Amino acid sequence: MPTLSSASSKTSARRGRTAPELVFGDLWPFDPAPETADPKLKARYDLFIDGKFVAPKSGKYFDSINPANERKLARIALAGPSDVDAACRAARRAFEKVWGPMPGRERAKYLFRIARLLQDRAREFAVAETLDGGKPIKESRDFDVPMTAAHFFYHAGWADKLEYVAPGRQVAPLGVVAQVIPWNFPLLMLAWKIAPALAMGNCVVLKPAETTSITCLKLAEIFQDAGLPPGVVNFVTGAGETGAALMSHPIPAKIAFTGSTAVGKTILRALAGTDKRMTMELGGKAANIVFDDAPLDQAVEGIVNGIFFNQGHVCCAGSRLLVHEPVTEAVLARLKHRIRQLKVGDPLDKNTDIGAINSREQLKKIRTLVASGVREGATLYQPDGILPAKGFYFRPTLFSEVTMSHRIAREEIFGPVLSILTFRTVDEAIEKANNTAFGLSAGVWTDKGSRILKMSTELKAGVVWANTYNKFDPASPFGGYKESGFGREGGRQGLLDYVILKP
Amino acid sequence: MNAGQSASFRRLFDEIGPVDSVGIEERVAKYATRSIKKGAKLWGLYRAVSMLDLTTLEGKDTPGKIASLCQKALRPLDDPNVPSVAAVCVYPAMVRHAKKHVGGTAVKVASVAMAFPSGQTPLKTRLAEVKAAVAAGADEIDMVINRGAFLAGEFAEVRDEIAAVVEECGSAALKVILEVSELETYDNIRAASFLAMETIRAGDFIKTSTGKTSLNATLGNNQVMIEAIRDFYLDTGIAIGMKPAGGIRTAKQALQFLIAVKETLGDEWLTNKRYRFGASSLLNDLLRQIEKEKSGAYQAPYYFSDAAESY
Amino acid sequence: MNRLPITKTPKIYVGGAFIRSESARVFPIRDAAGNFLANIPQCSRKDLRNAVEAAAKAGPGWAKRTAYNRGQILYRLAEMLEARAGEMSGAILMGNGAATPSSPSGPRRRRRGSLGASQEVAAAVDRLIYYAGWADKYEQVLGNVNPVAAPYFNFTVTEPMGVVGVLAPEDSPLLALVSLLAPVIVSGNTVVALASGSQPYPAIVFGEMLATSDLPGGVVNLLTGFRQELLPTFATHAHVRAIVAVANPAERKALALGAAESVKRTRLLKTEEPFDWAAEAAQGLYAIRDTLESKTTWHPIGA
Repeated sequence: MPTLSSASSKTSARRGRTAPELVFGDLWPFDPAPETADPKLKARYDLFIDGKFVAPKSGKYFDSINPANERKLARIALAGPSDVDAACRAARRAFEKVWGPMPGRERAKYLFRIARLLQDRAREFAVAETLDGGKPIKESRDFDVPMTAAHFFYHAGWADKLEYVAPGRQVAPLGVVAQVIPWNFPLLMLAWKIAPALAMGNCVVLKPAETTSITCLKLAEIFQDAGLPPGVVNFVTGAGETGAALMSHPIPAKIAFTGSTAVGKTILRALAGTDKRMTMELGGKAANIVFDDAPLDQAVEGIVNGIFFNQGHVCCAGSRLLVHEPVTEAVLARLKHRIRQLKVGDPLDKNTDIGAINSREQLKKIRTLVASGVREGATLYQPDGILPAKGFYFRPTLFSEVTMSHRIAREEIFGPVLSILTFRTVDEAIEKANNTAFGLSAGVWTDKGSRILKMSTELKAGVVWANTYNKFDPASPFGGYKESGFGREGGRQGLLDYVILKP
Repeated sequence: MNAGQSASFRRLFDEIGPVDSVGIEERVAKYATRSIKKGAKLWGLYRAVSMLDLTTLEGKDTPGKIASLCQKALRPLDDPNVPSVAAVCVYPAMVRHAKKHVGGTAVKVASVAMAFPSGQTPLKTRLAEVKAAVAAGADEIDMVINRGAFLAGEFAEVRDEIAAVVEECGSAALKVILEVSELETYDNIRAASFLAMETIRAGDFIKTSTGKTSLNATLGNNQVMIEAIRDFYLDTGIAIGMKPAGGIRTAKQALQFLIAVKETLGDEWLTNKRYRFGASSLLNDLLRQIEKEKSGAYQAPYYFSDAAESY
Repeated sequence: MNRLPITKTPKIYVGGAFIRSESARVFPIRDAAGNFLANIPQCSRKDLRNAVEAAAKAGPGWAKRTAYNRGQILYRLAEMLEARAGEMSGAILMGNGAATPSSPSGPRRRRRGSLGASQEVAAAVDRLIYYAGWADKYEQVLGNVNPVAAPYFNFTVTEPMGVVGVLAPEDSPLLALVSLLAPVIVSGNTVVALASGSQPYPAIVFGEMLATSDLPGGVVNLLTGFRQELLPTFATHAHVRAIVAVANPAERKALALGAAESVKRTRLLKTEEPFDWAAEAAQGLYAIRDTLESKTTWHPIGA
């Protein structure tokens, strides 16, 4: 019986002929298939405070560029402390006068309306998201934008059901919440933050990442169209200083942050001794564990989804592949075939699988860590292919023969780089998977049901994907163990982070 | 199932590994998001025409119908760039009629056999049918496996039957129909693919369906089968062909199947020596899309001969 | 001639054993009249480290016990406490006067609240019974099956965080300690607790009850000593995954600063806000939740 063994090439060699190879050549190349919908960008984006677009008091703006070609997209307002203060005050007014007293059933309808209006303009937003952040149009179109709408829909339904949020207790909103989000999923992270906050009756001041502010401010247009009362959501744009001003402002009762563990710790230190509530969604170095009895092709697909989705700019990326030794070669061979099919290039091309790295800085960081992998003796594999001359691109990269002491097995790379390690036993897999200060997510691939439940129990991670990877849903709580942060986003669990329990 | 059968059943499934159905469907959904434009689209459409087994398998088939089918197969469109199809696929009784029209051309005559579609007659009868079809000039035989034996774990019986047909085929190519809808699971489809492949010869095919059941070729079962072909090839060096049949009616679908081939098996399977479509109405949609690509204008269905749509 | 009674040497309870501080330091407790009663171990950072090791070692086994079994053990603990209520009342009364850095010269006569010693013991027993009952139920209230929009079975369960540091307040030396401990261990966490600095003796006696309650060694580790000395280590020890404490503003800031370094979870009650440990409101499901993680698992539904 022919088997799909790891030893296929050896078997063939034994039979005295060269190993059969598949030919992935240029017989049928795809022609460019650019998405042409108009993103309807403005040349300049102001702050969104108290329901209006306002210029920053300093008059300062910064450029937002398209990482795919380094061309300027728009100028973005730089919010200073007085702008942040105005936003916080507007939020407090809205909370005290409008949003707090408003019945939940009315709040629900605003959230519903926001979701509908976003669906109406879905393609426009997808193109804007891709231009601003570099992610493939396929993903912004099929994932980011619809999932953003889904979060607003899901939470709309909670707004008038607060008595079911915490069984046995009455809950109340916190007031004003300050939220800071990263650049990897600008719209989606915004929805994860804003939708539960608003549903529970809070008002929001949010700062998007400085490289990806545009879709946030486009969403403000939708808030206006939806008639969302002024001040309920306010957007202040800028970099770290703007974020710091927002975090330290006395009005917000809660800080919700998604970003790197290093910045998360800085925030935690800065807010030590205050009564501000916090949720932190930080970094990860997830193990994706493949056992010998796994459905291998689906596992390979899951590995690809796990590390190459959104150029690997995913905090829960399956960046450490742990493969059961008997199938290591089989998995690696399939993985190499598979990543040769991934198209790297113009994010606006509908066939692009891996788009642009979000920024020059991030590209530099990825290159540095990849160089360390090579230096430390791991084996690198990258498929051929021509990358665009302008813009920030990085090939899908596999590192095999990685051990737990390699830097690329310990540090979050946040790029399309997979480190492949092996294991022999279940216990060893668990040990290696948990041998990290992170604990955001994990994957496990096996055909054996009881082993899945065992692994799921033992893996110290907030999300465990069994025989799948990188799946998200508004009903599914997301968040980490250990230094990957605390608090959950999504599901009933996520709501508890936006309320106080009444005494 | 006796102990030996049980052991071989388990051994086969263990050796080839499982398939996760949700994962497979997510994989193939990505083919549907590929956007094939301009030159690439035209190439794909021409290539799909060349891979067609233009089929008629009806009780009401007559020599006249076969003549018309063959004419269309040889010259689908009044355009020298449009190739002839790969084969016409007919019942054994129609083989000699088809042969009259396409004999000596590039278009092959394929015949279903083995008590198509159920396979429920004595083996002797079925083999006689194969013999007759080959004698009448069939270049290719499409047989259907014994699903009852497969589902009962009687793998040896399944294999022996295929081997007997191989014997009868002589130089005719064999296409082994798994009848995927009756196998139900992707695991079964993968297992049956291996059972067939280890018995047939390089250049023979495995095929999804008879087209006579509710569910026929899908991107999902196509994917499971081409992955099996890939694995078998990488292990043995024996290249088996693939034929999805039934249910592929639009050019868009056909292109998605071809993208699956391109990304799973590579360039060497993008030829009618190794990949076929079993279809009938697909041809006119391919032609319609070819004309659209060339002229830029959407085409009315009745511009094309033998169109089912007359409105 | 009167017989000289044998007094019990107070020891800390770590890893299921009664030991002295590795530092060999003690501080005296005195009765209300100022008479010497006993020397209490003055634990060091190393004692705390050792206790965390013991708690970490006990953790996986404790978490793997069935919820039913953890409940049974908490019920058993309540039985032990009830059966030795007299002894514990005596300990509460007797220990009411330790030398602490805040009152280095000795006896303090203040009794907390209006609760008498025997009432405090009774309330502590009831609290254990309350949390014992939650052992096999909190999951049913806090967990979910989530209806995701794809062919996946998706469920959220809770899991213990691991080693939890507990800093008990000065008052209600038994009831507050039990109220802070019980919701932490019921879910499978293990604890390193620092007893009331001014009234440590009830915790010493409680350790003896833990030892006879079927609670595996190391699940609860009880230290005595000075808060100022140990608090920074509680805050910064990276293996301590959560802190549950009653603390003043400066202590809360120190705990939060230390916790930041390892993204430790904190449940910080305020010393400056009066808290009635005997009240119904001093117990609840959400105290259990404060030392739980939520884990969400996805699996495809296919054939």
